[in-house]
Order: sequence, then C-alpha cells, then structure tokens
Amino acid sequence: MPKLNRDTRTDVTFTLNGKKVTARSEPRLLLTDLLRHELGATGTHVGCEHGVCGACTVRIDGEPARACLTLAAQAEGADIQTVEGLEPEPGGMSPLQAAFREHFALQCGFCTAGILISLKALFDRKPGASEQEIREQLSGHLCRCTGYTPIVRAALAAQAQMREEEPRNA
Amino acid sequence: MKPAPFDYVRAASLDEALSALHEAGDEARVIAGGQSLVPMLNMRLARPSVLVDVMRIGELARIEHRKGMITIGAGVRQAQLERWAPLAGTLPLVASMMPWVGHAQTRSRGTVCGSFAHADPSAELPLALLALEGEVHLRSKKARRVLPAADFFLGMMATAAQPGEMVEAIGLPAHGIGTGTAFAEVARRHGDFAIVACAAIARPGGAIRLAVGGVADTPQAIALPDPSDPDFDDRLNEFAWALNARDDLHASARYRRDLVRSLGRRTVEEAVSCRS
Ligand code: FES
Ligand code: FES
Repeated sequence: MPKLNRDTRTDVTFTLNGKKVTARSEPRLLLTDLLRHELGATGTHVGCEHGVCGACTVRIDGEPARACLTLAAQAEGADIQTVEGLEPEPGGMSPLQAAFREHFALQCGFCTAGILISLKALFDRKPGASEQEIREQLSGHLCRCTGYTPIVRAALAAQAQMREEEPRNA
Repeated sequence: MKPAPFDYVRAASLDEALSALHEAGDEARVIAGGQSLVPMLNMRLARPSVLVDVMRIGELARIEHRKGMITIGAGVRQAQLERWAPLAGTLPLVASMMPWVGHAQTRSRGTVCGSFAHADPSAELPLALLALEGEVHLRSKKARRVLPAADFFLGMMATAAQPGEMVEAIGLPAHGIGTGTAFAEVARRHGDFAIVACAAIARPGGAIRLAVGGVADTPQAIALPDPSDPDFDDRLNEFAWALNARDDLHASARYRRDLVRSLGRRTVEEAVSCRS
C-alpha cells in the first residue's frame, strides 16, 4: 500500500485545465499551495484556509470544491479546473467572465476566481438553474466588497447568453 | 494555518486501511472527504501522525437499500447521497436536510459517514441518525460492531469509536408508509452552523419523536404526545430546559430554548399533518 512519509516529497500527478501535470509534494501540502507555489497557478486565491470563504474554490472531477480543504495527495489522478482554465483562448474571456466585467460584479477580485468556478460548475450541470439556485451556490462564497446583487445580475446575464449560444442546453 | 506533518496512507482496500489504523492506534485518523478534518489540521486543532485515506476503496462508496434499511458506506460523498434518485422516497427527512448540510462546495467532497465520525453537535446528519434511530457500523482489524445512534455520540465531537476503529457505514431505516417527517433549522445562512435544528417523526400509530441539534453537546431526542394534547407544551418546555443550552457567539441560551419550543412545535405539527 502506498505510504507517503511525512518528510519525503513525492510526485503527485493530475490533470490541470486539460494538461497533465506532475509536482512534488509532502503529505501535508494543501492543494492551494501546490497550485500556487509549485505550479505557479496563482489564479486560485487563498483567504481563510479553513473552508469558510470560498476564494480557493476549484473544480475537482467537475465538482466545485475547496482547494484549501484538499490535500495535494488527495488530488492524485483527479481532473482539476481552475480559473485559468476558463479563458477560451489566451487573453480571452468566457461569457461568464465577460458578464462579470460588464455588470461590475467585481471590485478587488479576491473572491472572483472561486465564484466563477462555482457558477461554471453549476451551469454545466444545470444550464437552466433558477435565480434561487444561483444564490444557493453563491452562499458558499464570501464577497467583502462588491456585494452579491451585481454578482447575481452577472450570473443571470451570462446564463442567458450561454443559452442563446447553445440553445440545446436550454 | 498549515497542518503539522503526518504520514499519509492511501489505502487500496479495507484490509489495508484497517491494518494501518491498527498499527498507528490513537495516532491515526481516517481521512475521507476531509471537509471537517482538514480545517482542524490547518488550525492544528488535530495533529494526527498518520492519515489513512479511505476514498480509493471502491466497496465503501456504495449506497444500498436492503430489507428496509439504507446502508451508506464510508466513501459516499454527501453530494452523491443528495443526488441518489431514491432519496426523496426512502429518506424524505434526510432529503429535506441536505441543502442545509454545509455548502454545495463542501458537499461535493464531504462524506456522509465523516459527518457522523466528526460528531459536531450542530450538524444535520447526526441529527437525522438520532431522529430515525439509525445505527453505526464500526470496524477494526479484529472486530466489527454495530451501535445505535444514541450510544455512538458521546459528547461534543466525541464518539464511541475506539483507536483502530473506523466508521465503515451507517444504516438508516427506510421511510415507513404513512409516517410523517419534518425538518426545520435556524442558522444565519444555509450552510452555517445551526443555532437550533429540529427533526420530527410522526408514526401512523400515533408515536411522535422530536430530535434537536445545536443545543446540547450531542443531538437529543424525546417522545412527545400529540400537539393537541394539553401536556404537549409542558413536555416540550421541560425538554428545552433539560438540554442545558449555553450562551455563545451565535445565540443566547434563552433564545435557543425559545427556538426549541417554537420550532419544535412547528416541526411536530408539520410531521403530524403529513402523516396518513
Ligand atoms: S481559502 Fe479555502 S475556503 Fe477560504
Ligand atoms: S470583489 Fe472584493 S471580495 Fe469580492
């Protein structure tokens, strides 16, 4: 059985935004720190480090999850998507990101990466999610400067646009 | 806010997990979804020297419905239970609680059994286990035993599980025809800790059971008469006092007692109204 020693750095391999990556980690390393410090993927933010704020939300095998409550070792073999994986082409913006800009749904942007990931996961699973469901999904996030009204507005606008582009999801 | 060092065992089978737990004794902790344990590791409230990851053990990730009992294995994530198609029909009480269990972003990883093993007094799933008189299947390298919910929860975040033992599964009796159930909770937001949570069950024969979480160190349950009975309010009031509510950051003891009385009556009335 694979036992990883506390002092030894071993390889963790997973898919990050469609590409296979390998990084070295000791057992106690959090996924947030592996992403940011070992892989340089600093789009994922770290706020509270105990599961309360949602800034660190990434998708693990399609599901939104707290990267700060995930050990890097637990991610072995997983499919992980971070905010960097949302842009359709380098420098471009997905409809969700564009709607956030359009509707002033961010100020400092600290909470934004996590919120975008959570909403993307929601719309992929449930393209027709109701406003209530959008608000429930947002309840797993704290935004301390913009307020939630513009965020909900942006989410609804992005949803409408995505459904226009892909009516079969409607 | 980083965990203290530990060894990490990725168990490929139940035998491997049980051997690793046996060897490390009280130095070891099981990690499943990690949604309760990792915050404690990060804050160094827990400093195990070995973590045994049980999420690669396929046989633990099953939900089974057999002979009127729903068995949920240690690897079943809360989101998996939430989306299990027969849930609303077989465990309507649990189905109504699920939106209150953490957030979508923690239910995606957190396991059902992990919530029992963690035994937070304000958590919803332990309340369901007590309300429904479910059972906890404990397993060690040498033995297995089954405990009723009331014997499993010993105190705030304390359970009857011994060093070397893990929660292998929990069993919940499937919904009986004609039974009415209801759940209500007061919390600052969905997903926050419950200030008071109530679950009521009204059996077709007339028996009524109310379980309350968030007040005492463990969820507590009481048998009550019909809400139309003149004794009902007195019995509920005695129960509210017996829970020994405390003042804390979230609410005063008095407010909690008030909630037990009002929310308790409301959930019982609702359960009775959906009984047939
Ligand atoms: S940093 Fe992970 S939830 Fe706050
Ligand atoms: S935009 Fe600043 S915290 Fe949300």
